[in-house]
Amino acid sequence: MRKKKIKGSNMILSALQKENVDIIFGFPGGAVLPLYDKLYDDPVKHLLVRHEQAAVHAADGYARVTGKPGVVFATSGPGATNLVTGIANAYMDSVPMVLFTGQVAKSFIGTDAFQEADITGITIPVTKHNYLVKDAAELPGILAEAFYIASTGRRGPVLIDIPKDVFDQEGYFDYNREVDIRGYKPNYEGHVGQVSRAVKAIRKAKKPVIFGGGGLIRAGASEALRELAETAKIPVILSLMGLGAYPGDSPLFLGMPGMHGSVTANYALTEADLIIATGVRFDDRVTGKLESFANNASIIHIDIDPAEIGKNVAIDIPIVGDVRLVLEELVKKLRPGSTDAWLKQISTWQSQFPMPLGSGKNGQSLKPQFVIRELSRLGGENAIVATDVGQHQMWAAQHFVVREPQTFLTSGGLGTMGYGFPAAIGARLAAPDKRVICITGDGSFQMNIQELATVVHNDFDMIIAVINNRYLGMVRQWQDIFYEKRYSYTSMEGSPDFVRVAEAYGAKAFRATTNEEATAAIEKALTLKGPVLIDFMVDPEENVYPMVAPNHSISDIIIGGERI
Amino acid sequence: MKHVLAVLVENKPGALTRVSGLFSRRGFNIENIAVGETLTPGISRMTITVEGSETLIEQVMKQLHKLINVIKVSNLSAEPSVMRELMLIKVRAEVGNRSDIQQIVETFRGKVVDVSPNSMVIEVTGNEEKMEAIKLLLEHFGIMEVVRTGKVALLRGSKITRET
Repeated sequence: MRKKKIKGSNMILSALQKENVDIIFGFPGGAVLPLYDKLYDDPVKHLLVRHEQAAVHAADGYARVTGKPGVVFATSGPGATNLVTGIANAYMDSVPMVLFTGQVAKSFIGTDAFQEADITGITIPVTKHNYLVKDAAELPGILAEAFYIASTGRRGPVLIDIPKDVFDQEGYFDYNREVDIRGYKPNYEGHVGQVSRAVKAIRKAKKPVIFGGGGLIRAGASEALRELAETAKIPVILSLMGLGAYPGDSPLFLGMPGMHGSVTANYALTEADLIIATGVRFDDRVTGKLESFANNASIIHIDIDPAEIGKNVAIDIPIVGDVRLVLEELVKKLRPGSTDAWLKQISTWQSQFPMPLGSGKNGQSLKPQFVIRELSRLGGENAIVATDVGQHQMWAAQHFVVREPQTFLTSGGLGTMGYGFPAAIGARLAAPDKRVICITGDGSFQMNIQELATVVHNDFDMIIAVINNRYLGMVRQWQDIFYEKRYSYTSMEGSPDFVRVAEAYGAKAFRATTNEEATAAIEKALTLKGPVLIDFMVDPEENVYPMVAPNHSISDIIIGGERI
Repeated sequence: MKHVLAVLVENKPGALTRVSGLFSRRGFNIENIAVGETLTPGISRMTITVEGSETLIEQVMKQLHKLINVIKVSNLSAEPSVMRELMLIKVRAEVGNRSDIQQIVETFRGKVVDVSPNSMVIEVTGNEEKMEAIKLLLEHFGIMEVVRTGKVALLRGSKITRET
């Protein structure tokens, strides 16, 4: 007996149920009215944000914490185009996500109708795949494919654009999660021969280093990584995206490499004779000048995406596969190793070049590094941190001790100011048992400040730490170093009083201008329920060090204006 | 070096945009592209000529392969293959020089497909050198317009570019 026909809107909501979606992030509008109408009676939760961009970032934060695809609803035209930054952000950082946009009715497509935008055309370059649904009969297949594509292989956002009349069109709903797509067959098992070659190279290496990234977190490979590092006594460097994949307080952890990475991490990559690169893509912020990157090392590169292998850096032993499965294979074949001399060299660097805590030139002023360290010391236990983009992001990466995977959310590839606050909202919904701390800047925060309404209305427990230096600090830093201190339009003069803004929205808020006040404000915030904002008035001209100038070798490091 | 890629794609809306967009946003240069149906309904074959080093072509192929609608990518330049292109040339032709043109066309095994009082349209197929050679010889009469299909190619022998 054939099942009853149902409407397109109902198909979508049924598919969400089958995919175990428990929350939708969205913002309604004309073209998605039929879908929102069905949502009115549906048990699935929906979080109403105040700007579509926040919906994508929140879904992104949710997806990074849970590993499940984040789900977004938005309307056609401006609703859809407001998603684009968030989609590009998720695409660059390989975050699983399924987005639904309403579209003008089929008969209006191509006529420049009210609130019409070609969102599938616009998002081809920033989605893993996308669809324009012309007939409700295609919907069940497309829905299953979208969730499958988003959450397998190298994760990424998938957008489904649905004309208003298709929401109301009826069809049969046969949903099969077992999809078979001819042009999409991710490879999970590493090539046996290449794995053996990697094992031999690791056994032979005198100065090996593991360089891991976001791929470790997406693949759930932390445990395998830990076994590899600890069995073979190999130190671990993590990219910004990889932070948390290995405990930040482990003696084998050397920090982040690259432009604002630790001196030890950069020296270790430069001196290593073997780099085991796992789930990384050798971004320019990591490698610095390519010609002088890791010239002494053979490189093993393990990644789910074959296109990343050999893209920027020549690879000696490529292994395409799921990094967790491949690392587990490696661990099985490895014997305990001894790298004592190398580890000794590394600990010498570590004691010689600790992470700088800030210049002393302004004496009494509150240092951003101190604020991050206090947040980590007092609130770091069982916490998820979401950062925005800029100086505070780098200080967070350098000074916040991240112990667990999926607890450090940051916009790595796209570098999206405005990401952190909504991502923290996603984290709040994803992990009710964890503390959520948003570390933001006075510039970034104003890019999605309207979401104060969302956190207050929903009474979300979270600390919003504004590292307020009254500048677009990272840009100012570059103007300081590379443009003779010509601070062209980087002053944030004219920003509001964030404490009063937060209070106007109904949140609690404090200001801290000294070390004592900072510590006290954090301690107090930790005891409070609901959203709490702390406005940390930090030294306005503090720079992020260490620093490697763009297109310089990563061993050519500047600290406090001096080459070391 | 020039590489000729055979790309089998699902014939879905936007598939061509996805492929051509990939080339422009990653800074790969398409020299030419020809698209047509295959024996299998729903699958089209694109023949794409790209200029670049081995490393670049490897990256082009990997990136193409990541597109969900792309089923298979193979580099036909890496193996013996036949490559052909079709060109139509409109050339000035008066009564007095028609037979001269006719002779050139015959030498190149082309065809005259249209004649008017002062022009002729010539059809010629072949490889790139042949196209250039006939163009050079006809220039003397005055070429009014040229249109080319872009290269298509098949492997030599019984080997085929499979869909799996």
